[in-house]
Amino acid sequence: MAAAALREQLNALLSSMYASGLVDDQFQQLQMLQDDGGTPGFVAEVVTLFCDDADRIISELAALLEQPVVDFDKVDAYVHQLKGSSASVGAQKVKFTCMQFRELCQHKNRDGCIMALTLVRNEFYDLRNKFQTMLQVVPYALKGPFDFQVFTGIVKMEHMLLNLKRIACPCFLLTFV
Amino acid sequence: MAAVATETPFHVLAVDDSLPDRKLIERLLKTSSFQVTTVDSGSKALEFLGIHHDSSTPISVQEDQLIYNQEVAVNLIITDYCMPGMTGYDLLKKIKESSSLRDIPVVIMSSENIPSRINRCLEEGADEFFLKPVRLSDMSKLKPHILKSRCKEHYNQQSDGKIDESSSTPTNSSSSSSSSSDNSNSRKRKAEGDAEILPKANRSRHS
Repeated sequence: MAAAALREQLNALLSSMYASGLVDDQFQQLQMLQDDGGTPGFVAEVVTLFCDDADRIISELAALLEQPVVDFDKVDAYVHQLKGSSASVGAQKVKFTCMQFRELCQHKNRDGCIMALTLVRNEFYDLRNKFQTMLQVVPYALKGPFDFQVFTGIVKMEHMLLNLKRIACPCFLLTFV
Repeated sequence: MAAVATETPFHVLAVDDSLPDRKLIERLLKTSSFQVTTVDSGSKALEFLGIHHDSSTPISVQEDQLIYNQEVAVNLIITDYCMPGMTGYDLLKKIKESSSLRDIPVVIMSSENIPSRINRCLEEGADEFFLKPVRLSDMSKLKPHILKSRCKEHYNQQSDGKIDESSSTPTNSSSSSSSSSDNSNSRKRKAEGDAEILPKANRSRHS
């Protein structure tokens, strides 16, 4: 059954994300919150909000680092924000690169910061790709009994459509009632 | 007059400038059976609580709500520390300076484990300090603070005898623990004397 195969795929994806340190225990906390019989799509929502937020911050950082005179306090403030939100969703690698970035901010090292931003961006894009895949597979994987407690409940089509569009991924969604 | 429901959930006001964090704290609180309002800044929090920055005079919102916005009685405030403009610490100070709000328990959240920051907050009257990311298990620490402040309120009302002039809520004589609407909102300011009754926050309690 296709759904079973997709569930396996989803499980494998998630396992690898944990194993590679891409996500940490906090991401599991998010999953638990969804499983708690509450609002469907919570993980999808938080993950999407995080991606939007991170995108915005990375753009701001790029702009700041292009200035003739770099305002390192502002840079640090943004990196701090990104570090915070990545910690909140369990985006471990992004969080670590942010921590490195902050060190470089302290030293007011422009080139170092530009390099750090590249690292952060790369880690973020990698994570975002995985999240996109996850969110695409989930609606299909939910068909039938679902043992691995990742996502439960109904994902509303409009909501998913809107969010997935924003994180630039091909949209082919189903509604479950 | 606000209805006294038997199982009115406690109402928490959550303040955080980060959208993902707001979503998370909201979910954590709702999962723990709290009623939640989220705002993205300290100034919005104060507005919601019915206070303007420049004065601690509460505004009345509707005619039948004598002093405070009774319908949005807040039982606990949980706020991020690092926010642009008004920090969580600034917000805490404003709350503690306000005769109407000072008895609402305040919890500070921060992603940074800085002992001097934690102590400063606790000394200023914060009831608890959570290290971010906040977890579901942290939520169980909130209710005791709410209940403690209700006991205090009950004690205050008893020792005051009568509620003072500005309150119009006759049902205040014993603060029923199930009603969230007659919380600090209806308690008028004999605040100065009450301060001593406030048990000092336990400084070692920060997660």
